[in-house]
Amino acid sequence: MEDIEAIALLQDPVRRRLYEFVAARGREVGRNEAAEVVGVARTLAAFHLDKLVGAGLLEVGSRRLTGRSGPGAGRPAKVYRLSAVERGVSVPARDYRTAAGLLAEAAESGGLDREVWEVARRRGRALRGPAGTWSGLDEVQGVLAERGYGPVRDEDGAVVRMRNCPFGAVAEEFPPLVCGMNLALLEGLVEGSGVRVRLDPRPGWCCVVAEDSKNNED
Amino acid sequence: MTAHDAARHHLAQFNVATLHRPLDDPRLAGFVELLDPVNALADAAPGFVWRLVEEGMPDATRLRPAGADVIINFSVWESVEALWDFAYRSGHLEVMRRRREWFRRHAEAHLVLWWIPAGHVPTVEEAMERLRTVREHGPTPQAFTFNASYTAEEAAAGRPAG
Repeated sequence: MEDIEAIALLQDPVRRRLYEFVAARGREVGRNEAAEVVGVARTLAAFHLDKLVGAGLLEVGSRRLTGRSGPGAGRPAKVYRLSAVERGVSVPARDYRTAAGLLAEAAESGGLDREVWEVARRRGRALRGPAGTWSGLDEVQGVLAERGYGPVRDEDGAVVRMRNCPFGAVAEEFPPLVCGMNLALLEGLVEGSGVRVRLDPRPGWCCVVAEDSKNNED
Repeated sequence: MTAHDAARHHLAQFNVATLHRPLDDPRLAGFVELLDPVNALADAAPGFVWRLVEEGMPDATRLRPAGADVIINFSVWESVEALWDFAYRSGHLEVMRRRREWFRRHAEAHLVLWWIPAGHVPTVEEAMERLRTVREHGPTPQAFTFNASYTAEEAAAGRPAG
């Protein structure tokens, strides 16, 4: 399936809500749970979830959601998670990913980390716009959501972690350079807001977290 | 690669870093401070198998087989993914991010990966040979990098280069 066809599948509002729910969950989601949250019948949810799998937007697994196993535990339920495949459409055709990869490779081989980070920090400051700064962690979380980071609060609510790395494949190819760039960009973005960002990489998450700067002065 | 193969093969990782200044220079203090905590992270990381330490020492920073100012890092992992997650999705990323402060930029490959039979303890000579292989031939199933990696099956299919 072509990217444009896969993306067009998201035009259906129920399907789109299901996709966004699974994406925001950050873990495997069962049919019942998805149907309940989106407010449709289980069979309809299953139909749309399988459409999204067919388009490569979601992946399917099987799991016993009850936590039981062995005889009597029942058939494993079908579960859904976000696919690692990237889909993108640009009209007219553009290929910024190749450009980004080329520039990153040149910066990496030239040892230009500092220069890249300085530009990123300036860009982060510029993104604050004329308003100047943010009023705190909630507002910063909103800005991060707008920029596609998929931010969520951790268990005790003090730290914002990000489910999505907007720099995807380029960050995977040149992690120290691009994660450092991401950190510098976000440092510029939150300057003067009472929020600080720092590296706290974990498997499957963006490398940066945000928190109130009065907390955790370690 | 099948689970069966994954259990029979482990991934060896060797990298070299040329110090800007000696390890006891105050400008290297930031790096030296991170050695123990980051080595502890490695030892506890999922998929970690082994790392080289000098006899009676906590690490291998005094071993200098590649030059007086070149430190080495040598470890074994269950999979490429396990090593990648440790290298770039743990506190180790901070060491990588600040690498230009402490180490000279290498024109040649400074990291090499290769598959070994599970249980085999690789030698520094073997590692230096693999590094030469990737520098001379680029990534191959016998000596590769993260961005051009091969499975243990692919390595077994071709005969060793060295």
